[in-house]
Amino acid sequence: MTRGAEAGAATKKRRGLWREIVKNRWAYVFISPFYILFLVFGFFPVLFSVYLSFHAWKGLGPMEFVGLKNYAYLFGIGGKAFWQSIQNGIILFFMYVPIMTFVAIVLAVILNSKLVHFFQGYRTMIFAPYVTSMVAAGFTFHLLLENKGGLFNVALNMLGLPGIPWLENVWWARVSLCLLIVWGWLGYNMVIMLAGLQTIPRELTEAALIDGASPVRAFFYITIPLLRPVILFSVILSTMGSFGLFNEVMALTNGTAGPMRATLTTLVQIYFEAFHNFQFGRASAQAYVYFALIFVLTFLQFRYFGREE
Amino acid sequence: MTILLRRARSLGIKAILYGLLTPIAIFMMLPFIWMLSTSFKPQEEIFVSPPILISHKMSLDGYRYIIDLGVLRSLWNTFFVALSFTIVSLFFCALGGYGFAKYRFPGRNSLFAFLLATMVIPFAVTMVPLYVIVQKVGWMNTFLPLIVPGAANAFGIFFMRQYISTISDELLDAARIDGCSEFGIFWRCILPICVPGLTSLGLIFFMGAWNNYLGPLIYLKSPEKFTLPLFMMQMQGPPGFSAYREWMGVAVVSVLPLLIIFLIFQRRFAEGITAGALRG
Repeated sequence: MTRGAEAGAATKKRRGLWREIVKNRWAYVFISPFYILFLVFGFFPVLFSVYLSFHAWKGLGPMEFVGLKNYAYLFGIGGKAFWQSIQNGIILFFMYVPIMTFVAIVLAVILNSKLVHFFQGYRTMIFAPYVTSMVAAGFTFHLLLENKGGLFNVALNMLGLPGIPWLENVWWARVSLCLLIVWGWLGYNMVIMLAGLQTIPRELTEAALIDGASPVRAFFYITIPLLRPVILFSVILSTMGSFGLFNEVMALTNGTAGPMRATLTTLVQIYFEAFHNFQFGRASAQAYVYFALIFVLTFLQFRYFGREE
Repeated sequence: MTILLRRARSLGIKAILYGLLTPIAIFMMLPFIWMLSTSFKPQEEIFVSPPILISHKMSLDGYRYIIDLGVLRSLWNTFFVALSFTIVSLFFCALGGYGFAKYRFPGRNSLFAFLLATMVIPFAVTMVPLYVIVQKVGWMNTFLPLIVPGAANAFGIFFMRQYISTISDELLDAARIDGCSEFGIFWRCILPICVPGLTSLGLIFFMGAWNNYLGPLIYLKSPEKFTLPLFMMQMQGPPGFSAYREWMGVAVVSVLPLLIIFLIFQRRFAEGITAGALRG
């Protein structure tokens, strides 16, 4: 082991620090590959993105410095599609998150109770969609929701009900997207709720029942509060998810995010701005505004939900 | 929770529970069944009432068509990218995770906290700059941008650090005393112990890379390099009509391998995602 004195540091403290660094040199060796990769492909792009947002650039040729023009454009005349996407994110969030989270908890409780046979079978079936390519699933749902002849409308007709314009109507398109999302992610949420349930000590619910509480009350007043951390995690992921949906939207709407931008999510919008409109500067500005929004939302959720043990 | 519902042992309650679970399970399975069924159906039987599950005119024409178009090549590309990504990422995350877990070095906490902080940043922010970087280094239209950048995965290193920190220090000290090199400790002591965790994490990585559409969409330009999601989105049907059967065929090809892997490694999958959630 080399002595820190080689560094020639004046003070004892600096000599100590250097000694620590040298003593742990292998740690630095081990984390370097990862960290260098991270700095190059993870951190530097974040900075470059800020730089880009102050320029106008078509991806080729010269970059033109435009100051805050991209942001002004975004908050002014040019932001229509972007703000629509933000609005969609919020709408979608409220459309599927409460239901999906609640159903996930209920299913987890049922499966955890071991009252039901085939626990493994049900869990497998409900979780299987999570490993499915959302592009493949999106195409399949498109097929199922086809207005004339898609399985869903055929079934409705057989019951004597009129078909639904699943993918042609603005609101039904959102419902269709939510169906796809819930299909894909319910299993995932259920599994993490199951894990969360297993951290709840049985004595707690036992005590409540002995004290005369009904199972439903115990569920709402004990189980759910104790699942708070997991619920928070799930909700935060879903928040980022509602704005960041890409595969689902593209596959379900055949790349149009329609009808009339009804299912345009923010990530898709930024993708369009960069790679269809060739507005790299504007896309970067949009990305930063999006980031700021997500950050605030996540922070608020932590404050609101994360308090208290 | 067992206690809560043990009370409700009556048949009626059980019926309600099954009544809730079963339709949901059916809804989950429906797309798979429909995918498979449609991939064999001739066009005129796809949008028919009452719906046909198993067609009498079943044929492999749909599959023949997509094979001619190169779906097997695409399958191989997808597999190659997913596997490479998984191996590279696991290695970097395990190595880095070990460094952060088992060594107390100056800057350890700040460096790690900084890493975690970047997890909040949405992909949209880095999407465009990454594209520019990839172009500049000449990786455009290769598999490299799908394998290398993602290897520095914050979730992965977080997971591995957590996992490795549970390994006892005495074990490592004993290995050092026995004359094992620092890297040797990693390679011969840590990694073997980490196999279950590596499997869980690896499954998540593999699945993510397999199903990735945006990455290939941005970076891959030649059709023979396409991965399955991209292949599917870009595929046109035989002239004259929509290639529903053929699309479903590609869907089946995309989905089947992962389903099989999932069925074999179910428990590891669940462990992987719950570990992320419980410590997240």
